Amino acid sequence: MTDAVASNKDGAATKVATSRDFAAAFKDAAISAGIALLLSVPLLSYKTVQKVVGLSLEDRWPLALGAVGIVFVGRLALNLFWWNRPQRVASATPEALKRATSYLTGVGKWLGVGLVVFAIIFPFLPFADRRMLDLAILVLTYVMLGWGLNIVVGLAGLLDLGYVAFYAVGAYSFALLATNLELGFWISLPLAGLLAAFWGLILGFPVLRLRGDYLAIVTLAFGEIIRIVLLNWYSFTNGPDGISGIPKPTLFGLEFKRSGDNTFADFFGLEYSTLHRFIYLYFIILILALITNYVTIRLRRLPIGRAWEALREDEIACRSLGINITNTKLTAFAMGAMFGGFAGSFFATRQGFISPESFTFLESAIILAIVVLGGMGSQVGVAIAAVVLIGGGELFFREFDQYRMLIFGLAMVMIMVWRPRGLIATRTPSIVLKERRAITGNLVAEGHG
Amino acid sequence: MSMAEPSPILRVDHLTMRFGGLVAINDLSFAAKVGDITALIGPNGAGKTTVFNCFTGFYKPTEGMITLAHDNGHTFLLERLDDYHISSQARVARTFQNIRLFSGMTALENLLVAQHGPLMRSSSYTIGGIFGLSSYVTAENAAIDFASYWLEKVGLIDRADDAAGDLPYGAQRRLEIARAMCTRPVLLCLDEPAAGLNPRESQELNQLLLNIRDEEGLSILLIEHDMGVVMGISDHIVVLDYGEKIADGNPEEVRNDPNVIAAYLGVEEEQVDDVEKEIAS
Repeated sequence: MTDAVASNKDGAATKVATSRDFAAAFKDAAISAGIALLLSVPLLSYKTVQKVVGLSLEDRWPLALGAVGIVFVGRLALNLFWWNRPQRVASATPEALKRATSYLTGVGKWLGVGLVVFAIIFPFLPFADRRMLDLAILVLTYVMLGWGLNIVVGLAGLLDLGYVAFYAVGAYSFALLATNLELGFWISLPLAGLLAAFWGLILGFPVLRLRGDYLAIVTLAFGEIIRIVLLNWYSFTNGPDGISGIPKPTLFGLEFKRSGDNTFADFFGLEYSTLHRFIYLYFIILILALITNYVTIRLRRLPIGRAWEALREDEIACRSLGINITNTKLTAFAMGAMFGGFAGSFFATRQGFISPESFTFLESAIILAIVVLGGMGSQVGVAIAAVVLIGGGELFFREFDQYRMLIFGLAMVMIMVWRPRGLIATRTPSIVLKERRAITGNLVAEGHG
Repeated sequence: MSMAEPSPILRVDHLTMRFGGLVAINDLSFAAKVGDITALIGPNGAGKTTVFNCFTGFYKPTEGMITLAHDNGHTFLLERLDDYHISSQARVARTFQNIRLFSGMTALENLLVAQHGPLMRSSSYTIGGIFGLSSYVTAENAAIDFASYWLEKVGLIDRADDAAGDLPYGAQRRLEIARAMCTRPVLLCLDEPAAGLNPRESQELNQLLLNIRDEEGLSILLIEHDMGVVMGISDHIVVLDYGEKIADGNPEEVRNDPNVIAAYLGVEEEQVDDVEKEIAS
């Protein structure tokens, strides 16, 4: 009963509001049309044309009036339908909001599963030729790097501009171990990861007291130091000549070669194809990336992961709750560096050749851009951002040639304007008592180092 | 034969804190008894929060000694401990004047972060946890139960899965107290817990603090400007002005102390009587 009365009242109110709105809209449109008329009379209505005897004027009234008409109708339509449309904020009841967020988390979950399934069947799809596989391997390398850096930047809130240093340490450790000591891929890989983690700790110590911009500057310098040492320590790293002849990975001792004692194609009785090696590399990086993802998701639900996020939210409160800030920061740096090191090892074995040129500041910037655009702390967001930035960049912007970086920058600016907290801005709680609700990004701190 | 005085839980001896030439705390000595609510009051800038920061390790005092005694006879010299050891070993918990919750994390997560130390040990420093050992699962469930107990107690159990930053102001204050309690402290230091609360909320806060003292058997140290809270629940009040102690006693004594009245009204001690007459007339 009361509801009906209320809705009646509402109906009446809206009707009154519409007629008043219409009058106002009409008035506004008329004023705009008047301005358009004032402008179009001198600008559009006459045109000078050259005749046999000097210049003469030709009138173009239809054009001028047409412009006025377009302004009037357009302004009226904007007033009535666009600016006047019901405000979303006002209509968003808590219920609707809750539904929307749970819908979003649902989408995020299924999107993640869908992406993984697609990634697994990708090499067997018809369009997966050598170029596409190569690109997919590159994208997955960046996905892995993004996920690794996400631990440091997204979870612990420590702004690291020198992440490429760990990528370089991983790649060089792998290359030197594999070429000098002739250790195989599967032994060199974890060793390279551990060495990178060790360098993560070394970087961690001096920057423990630094926050925000200062931290960013020191990490930036660290990245450059590593690159310059690699460039100048000729006797050890071969300097700018780089290291070549890095062995390819083998599958339980089977090599991916055309001929030899123990080739993959022979063993399985397949016809030799260069694609086999690429598919194998693809699966190695896919598995490495999924391990990174799995470990990160696990860590987030453990006390150490919660301490990282708490550190990002409020360092002083952490100290008052008995959390050892030093250890927490160092583990974040070490974990992030370790995954960077794994990715670096993979890069070395895929390329077969590495030189300091591959580890410039631009790499750090791109990895950081992937994390920030994806939404700090969001695993799915980082993966999508890597696919869009790296894959999209290679597939669609190749032909723009030297304008590629320009378009890349423009795209980043636009994403940041539209989605300032990244593609996926919500945070999923690490633990739930009754009901899982996503947390809007504007409550989540970005961290101050 | 008279009963021996219960030994104080916290003893402050000749505490002095200088920032360059500024003397924020000057030769402060007092003791807080076990199971008491001790209030630290004083006009703005009297150095109350500085005292708290010295207790909780955020500042290293220039001079003096802060001794904390546990039931079992263990004593800790707080001025020598690192800030996180003060919470994890000496078991002193604190809240902040301007709320410092982890606003992007849920209420439940906030309380689990507070149980970081025990959870870290039970996850064998992450290594056991990553493989999902059952001992860690049990420990985590116990931690959730303990957190639920405190959420229940501060009336926030229904909002356990909401972001802490989404809660209303009064609820955030209570959540911060619950978070401090989740570190299982022996001494709880509250820095202006009633600031910004309406009269009903500060009544509820009084009840909560009395409940913590009586049921949990905790000693509480309190900085507060709200005299309703201070006089209503304190067992013992210490008054600071310009970093020095000007009065020390039970609420009745402090209320009538001419030094205190002078400090709060901003006049010399001799003029207090005149001013009071003026106000009364």
